[in-house]
Amino acid sequence: MRAFRRLRRNFEHGVHPAHFKEQTADLPIQRVPFGKDYVMPLGQHIGVPAQAIVTAGERVTRGQLIAEPGGFVSTGLHSPVTGTVREIGDFRGVDGRFAPAIAIEADAFATQQVDAGDGIDWEALSLEEFIKAVQMAGIVGMGGAAFPAHVKLSVPDGVTIRHLLINGAECEPYLTTDHRLMLERPEALLEGAEIMRQKLGAEETVIGIEANKPDAIKIIQQHIAPGDPVRVVPLKVKYPQGAEKMMIKSVFNVEVPAGQLPRDVGVNVNNVGTIVAIADYFLRGIPLIERVVTVAGPGVTYPANLIVPLGTPVRDVVKFCGGLKPGTREMIMGGPMMGRPIASLDVPILKGCSGVLVFTEAETARRKEYPCISCGRCLEACPYFLNPSRLARLSKARMFDEMKAYNVFDCVECGCCTFACPSNIPIVQLIRTAKDDLTHRKEPDA
Amino acid sequence: MNSLLVAPAIMVGIGLFFGTILAIAQRFLKVDEDPRIEVTNELLPGTNCGACGQPGCLPFAEKLVAGTVDPSQCTVSTKENIEQIAEFLEVDAGSQEKLVSRLRCNGGGLQAHQIAEYQGFEGCRAAAMVSGGGKGCSWGCLGLGDCEVACTFDAIHMNKNGLPQVDTEKCRACPDCVAACPRDLFELVPLSQNLFVQCNIPLAGEAATQLCSVACDACGKCVADAAPGLIRMENNLPVIDYSAGGPAAPEAVFRCATRSIVWLEGEQFQDQESRKAGGV
Repeated sequence: MRAFRRLRRNFEHGVHPAHFKEQTADLPIQRVPFGKDYVMPLGQHIGVPAQAIVTAGERVTRGQLIAEPGGFVSTGLHSPVTGTVREIGDFRGVDGRFAPAIAIEADAFATQQVDAGDGIDWEALSLEEFIKAVQMAGIVGMGGAAFPAHVKLSVPDGVTIRHLLINGAECEPYLTTDHRLMLERPEALLEGAEIMRQKLGAEETVIGIEANKPDAIKIIQQHIAPGDPVRVVPLKVKYPQGAEKMMIKSVFNVEVPAGQLPRDVGVNVNNVGTIVAIADYFLRGIPLIERVVTVAGPGVTYPANLIVPLGTPVRDVVKFCGGLKPGTREMIMGGPMMGRPIASLDVPILKGCSGVLVFTEAETARRKEYPCISCGRCLEACPYFLNPSRLARLSKARMFDEMKAYNVFDCVECGCCTFACPSNIPIVQLIRTAKDDLTHRKEPDA
Repeated sequence: MNSLLVAPAIMVGIGLFFGTILAIAQRFLKVDEDPRIEVTNELLPGTNCGACGQPGCLPFAEKLVAGTVDPSQCTVSTKENIEQIAEFLEVDAGSQEKLVSRLRCNGGGLQAHQIAEYQGFEGCRAAAMVSGGGKGCSWGCLGLGDCEVACTFDAIHMNKNGLPQVDTEKCRACPDCVAACPRDLFELVPLSQNLFVQCNIPLAGEAATQLCSVACDACGKCVADAAPGLIRMENNLPVIDYSAGGPAAPEAVFRCATRSIVWLEGEQFQDQESRKAGGV
């Protein structure tokens, strides 16, 4: 019977990319030395950008609040270093556009010790105060989307959260940040999970980990005290196992209907990094000022798992890793399936940046695109049961409005279809283009 | 035999019954449509582009016959067609200034500095989503021709420099290219307005010229050289206000080192087919 249940721990469709994690999976997390220039974009989470509360020339200390949330779906920002605010202006972001940011020059002689208290008596906080505290701490989903964590915690009346699901799948190739966090800080993970579980009023905590990380599964199981409402669920190695709806299907065998959220089936999903950030804030008083980043790929001299202060330019991170190998062609922020290529080494590490991947000519050469042969592999790959082939054709013909009938907005851009396509059609890019057109197209004035 | 005849008889009966109702309805509920609407509609181009502000050509024809719009408000028709319509309806053709679409960017492949190479689907909107498409300037033309595809009238062609060349003869000032451009660079301006700012960088000084060799560095010389009040600087770019200032004269552009403000007669980028590599 148990074996039978294990077989079900899966979702339908998806793809099996080679995981390439051996490069960094065994490397302990190390700290990057502090550099000089830091750039904190005000809009590094999904939603409304934060509002700066410091002025140029002002002295800031590490962990000090430098920007307040600009609305409900927005979070605070804290200075990653002790130093001086150099400028508040427009700086190039990950998407290539210039956006408002706070530039901070680190003080070369400061200790860079976080000036934090002993943490917060979280048990005494009401739910509203707790949500407000998470928002001010600047905690966002650390898996890559950077969706403010407090918004997920704000459950409307009538909805009960029964399970807290912790996402340790890390299904993207190359990335090992969650893996290393689980290995090195299992106590922090379980402490953070307990805070979240009690505040959400959930019955149990479930930690979903892909089966290719047996060491992480073992270590966490060792740290769970008997009787704790926590269990670890090994999951099949498959992409996108870490997409929250896929994980819910794998763990609970429940499908989240299109257009609904995990909370509608009584589940709250959070990334391992987010949970550790919660523990760091409420138990140690450290707001979100740094994160773990995997620097890997064939183009980097010394791959590593690093603790990087937010706002560090990619240039400094790469320099610490021994620089780029000759023949480097492309750098990606995030994972290779869903991450975005960056056009400049000066863009900063953001809250949602889980990896910096460096590729050479051999991996990035664009293969010749052939016409769609209607083989249907993208349909078999799509975990959301869309028709990527049809969507791509419509997008190529610029028939964006027609794509709504094919549920283009249910696409999460996981990249399975493009990975599966034998004709090398950039399906996800075409779908992204259409979604951008449908949401941002300027309607001519009538 | 009998039962065979019943079915046709019922069908004929039903047919006659509804036929009578239709005949009566046609007589008493008839809507008189002005026959001129159809003729006018025939004379209109029939592209349903919406440039006149109406949802299509037929509603425009209805308004023409009603006399609430001028024939010349159809910017897509040729002059002869508009005169024909005016003659037919016995109204004044009205005077609508010819508008053309102009690009607020002069930074083609030779001028805008490239910071990365873009590989992927050849479309501006697609490229804009991937780190801004490779050009250092994140406000300028991406040069992949979404407007060329969108243009209904075959008026836009990408030139050798990677900028859309708008054929002022063919351009009907429908807003297709305005809507297609992901950087919102097209502007519909009267052909008779010669002064035009072809840059969209909200940066000043070296910050701007680092990104593009023909960027407006907000030096303000054009403001000083033009008639008082005609040009003002807004957001580090010159803004030409025809209503506020004196007459526009080509002197305003003489000292512009980067040609980001120009005196246009006819097409934009006329010299670009043969332009030598500029200071990249």
